[in-house]
Amino acid sequence: MDLQSWIPAVYLVAAVTFVLGLKGLSGPTTAVAGNRIAAAGMLLAVAFTFAAREFQEYGAAGIGLTLGGMAIGAVAGVACGRLVKMTAMPQMVALFNGAGGGSAALVSILEYMHKSAHEWASVLSTVLGLIIGAVSFSGSAIAFGKLQGIISPRAYKYPGQRIVTIGVFAAIVVLAVALVLSAAGTVTLDGATILWILLGLGLLFGVVLVMPIGGADMPVVISLLNAYTGLAVAMAGFVLNNHLLIVAGTLVGASGTILTRLMSKAMNRSLANVLFAGVGASAGATVAQKGDDTRSVREVSAEDTAILLGVRYAIHPVAGRMPGHMNVLLAEANVPYDKLKDMEEINDDFKNSDVALVIGANDVTNPAARTDKASPIYGMPILNVDQAKNVIVIKRSMRSGFAGIDNELYLDTKTGMLFGDAKAAVEKVITELKKAA
Amino acid sequence: MTAEAILGAYVFILAVFVGFEVISKVPSTLHTPLMSGANAIHGIIVVGAMLVVLAVPGPLGTILGFLAVVLGTANVVGGFVVTDRMLGMFQQRPRRPAAKPEVEK
Repeated sequence: MDLQSWIPAVYLVAAVTFVLGLKGLSGPTTAVAGNRIAAAGMLLAVAFTFAAREFQEYGAAGIGLTLGGMAIGAVAGVACGRLVKMTAMPQMVALFNGAGGGSAALVSILEYMHKSAHEWASVLSTVLGLIIGAVSFSGSAIAFGKLQGIISPRAYKYPGQRIVTIGVFAAIVVLAVALVLSAAGTVTLDGATILWILLGLGLLFGVVLVMPIGGADMPVVISLLNAYTGLAVAMAGFVLNNHLLIVAGTLVGASGTILTRLMSKAMNRSLANVLFAGVGASAGATVAQKGDDTRSVREVSAEDTAILLGVRYAIHPVAGRMPGHMNVLLAEANVPYDKLKDMEEINDDFKNSDVALVIGANDVTNPAARTDKASPIYGMPILNVDQAKNVIVIKRSMRSGFAGIDNELYLDTKTGMLFGDAKAAVEKVITELKKAA
Repeated sequence: MTAEAILGAYVFILAVFVGFEVISKVPSTLHTPLMSGANAIHGIIVVGAMLVVLAVPGPLGTILGFLAVVLGTANVVGGFVVTDRMLGMFQQRPRRPAAKPEVEK
């Protein structure tokens, strides 16, 4: 039996497993199966690619090089994926995403150098795959560095920053258009040299794009770069005329775009605002108020707090470092899945609750988002904790959150402030709870 | 454009619609695992890397081909491992539930 002739059918099966995998990952009961189905499809596709005509032409050297590379990549992937702490997950996603982007850029270059004749549509996909892949690679590396604390997570701003960003982008567009035109026969150019320059510019663009963005916005950036890598893979698929790469890359590009929009929406900011404005751009006028701590707040002690019964966990969509990250962390701490409630699910239930205990949240509990049209966060989706009969806020100090504004919730008479480190404060509450029981 | 490119464009555009539809209703709980799972899926680039691993003769071409395979494999393997680990956190753990009710009293 000729394995080679089975490849298109196997690729089709793999493409279907990716769709089913993404669909499975969208529901809590099917997620594990979805992930495994996609992994099985991936394994099948890779295994059959060993029988591909193009691959067999490389002979034993090709097999050896591939298996060696796979061994290194697999060991690195398993080691990083298994050993890293759950709280460091977002930067791991960034790292693996960057690897995929780099791979896509290299595949595009290699296929271009391999072909003797260049048709303009194919050159266009090559250029797009190369640039998008390079941006994703260097951008993800910067995002990883910022979340890991290797680079300062602060938004890095400098004079003329916008001009540099636009300048690099313009240079990329000019060179890319020139290369496509040369393939169409309009102008004559040394294609390979231009590709190398484009690779350099793409890497540079990833850096200048992500450096000015603060650490708090990194989740949105990682999600965006994830979609970019998907697109780069789809473009590499066009270059290689491989439909499996086109389907898989496009699926990720499309779903990643939706996810990115969901995330920036949850922060009540447009994607353009995240990319170009930096965190707390609106803070200037309001930040002056935050020094005065003469306002009366009701401070409570751990003993007073220890009266909780029938606990549920309300989780704001942007809690943690990525949407859903907090759920993962709570699940790791053995909190049953059915006690974790989405914002929409629990918001109407706060008014029936005796106590809302707020931990590590500020702007997302600020009722001004609902009531005060002048507030910079007006319209942002918040947890309606102010509607509970009592509110207890665990917080280190009265300092303002990312938006740099006051939270009127803290001044409410039914709100008690339990000052202290969240973990220490909760542990004290638990001790008191056990004493009472 | 060649017939091949047009066919590719068909596949691309239909996949855009599938990609939008298939994840349009996701609880925010699953956003991070979903992103991570999608991240693993674009690791399919490793298949592309295999097809060009020795396409360009000479040391530079070989090094770049090798690097493409390493990076692509890290993407696939790391992506699926991390996603599986995240999802494992959500699964019910049979050893604990007996202890839960008495905490509430």
